[in-house]
Amino acid sequence: MSFNLTFIGQSIAFFVFWWFCQAKVWPLFANILEQRKQKIADGLEAGARGEKDLELAQARVIKQLKEVKAQAATIIDQANKRGSQIVDEAKDQAREEGQRIIAGAKAEIEQEVNRAKESLREQVSAIAIAGAEKILESSIDQAANEEMLSKLAAEL
Amino acid sequence: MAELAEAAHAALEHGAEAQTVQEYITHHLSYLTYGKHVDGSWGLAHTPEEAVNMGFWSIHVDTLGWSVFIGAAFLLFFRYVGKRATVDRPSGMQNFVEMIFEFVDARVAEGFNGKNPLVAPLALTIFVWIILMNTMDLVPVDWITGLATLVGEHGFGLEHMSFKIVPTTDVNITMGMSLSVFALIIYYSIKMKGLGGFLSELAFHPFGKWMLPFNLIIEVPTLFAKPISLGLRLFGNLYAGELLFLLIASMLGIFQLPAHFIWAVFHLLVIPLQAFVFMMLTIVYLNAAHETPDH
Repeated sequence: MSFNLTFIGQSIAFFVFWWFCQAKVWPLFANILEQRKQKIADGLEAGARGEKDLELAQARVIKQLKEVKAQAATIIDQANKRGSQIVDEAKDQAREEGQRIIAGAKAEIEQEVNRAKESLREQVSAIAIAGAEKILESSIDQAANEEMLSKLAAEL
Repeated sequence: MAELAEAAHAALEHGAEAQTVQEYITHHLSYLTYGKHVDGSWGLAHTPEEAVNMGFWSIHVDTLGWSVFIGAAFLLFFRYVGKRATVDRPSGMQNFVEMIFEFVDARVAEGFNGKNPLVAPLALTIFVWIILMNTMDLVPVDWITGLATLVGEHGFGLEHMSFKIVPTTDVNITMGMSLSVFALIIYYSIKMKGLGGFLSELAFHPFGKWMLPFNLIIEVPTLFAKPISLGLRLFGNLYAGELLFLLIASMLGIFQLPAHFIWAVFHLLVIPLQAFVFMMLTIVYLNAAHETPDH
């Protein structure tokens, strides 16, 4: 058990290995662990952010749903109003149309009546003339009484 | 009993002539040594005596070789895993390495208050390297050593070539590490506190400047006790463990199998514990070196 060069050799090996470890080995693992730490921290942060986002989104959805419901109610309301309006308009139009038709029919009837009256008057005058002719066949000259007869016809 | 043991050695040594227990243990506690012979030439030591006679100018090829091999293998493996590491889908290997990494990082975060990004890599290097070197103790004592002895005998003409595979049972290895840590303690103490601050810590604590010699008597041995206790604690634990494996292998014959198992289970606790202690003390010592006195 004596000291010799082995001791020097081991010391040299010691410092060489130390240098190698700090330069070529330690940084590799230190980096990996640091990166992993960062990644985990990022992941946790993202998770928390996601949760918060979800909460916000849910709140927004509820709010939007309320708005949509309100809008739908107004739309339905308006549609109802519009519907009854249309029905009313249609009623009015129908009434007007009916009255117009009735007025037209009345006018036509009047016209018909007038026409019938006219032809009746002509026929009556012709009958009257024929009657009168028969009565006055001998005494009354047709030409002489023509004027009087047409006056009569006009009076009918 | 002795006959039984000798029969076991004979079997273990692949038919080589019977050894005594002492020869067996001496063989297993010697190193494959390369160095300067007494006559001035350089070469491998052929006997333990030759190795001892080489003195300082020799090198333990086996323990230093395993130490460097294990350290390089561990660092290259970690780098290989780190290069292929992903943030999202870590593989099993990556998880395993990350677990060790985070364990060491947490110990440094607890024990080291200074701002030095080099301390954590240092702790990682020490911890994994020592654990792996200690783990070599669990390889049955004759597997690699026996194979190496055979190779040495038939390939290189070395009789009874020794080949130790547990680097931390070599005091040169453990002291090489602890004295390197000591050098770092001195370096960072002077860097952080200045030479004056460092010396005044030795001279004026704990009893103030009027007790200067007394302070020095307390503080200087305390300072030097750090690397010595650090290195010898690791060495002592592993050396003792190895020695017990060798005693079991050399004296219990066929009954060594359960004995090896039981001791290996105990040793499983020692292996990570000693690596952990070495790392923690390194962190604590360096933390003290970084502390500025104005607290």
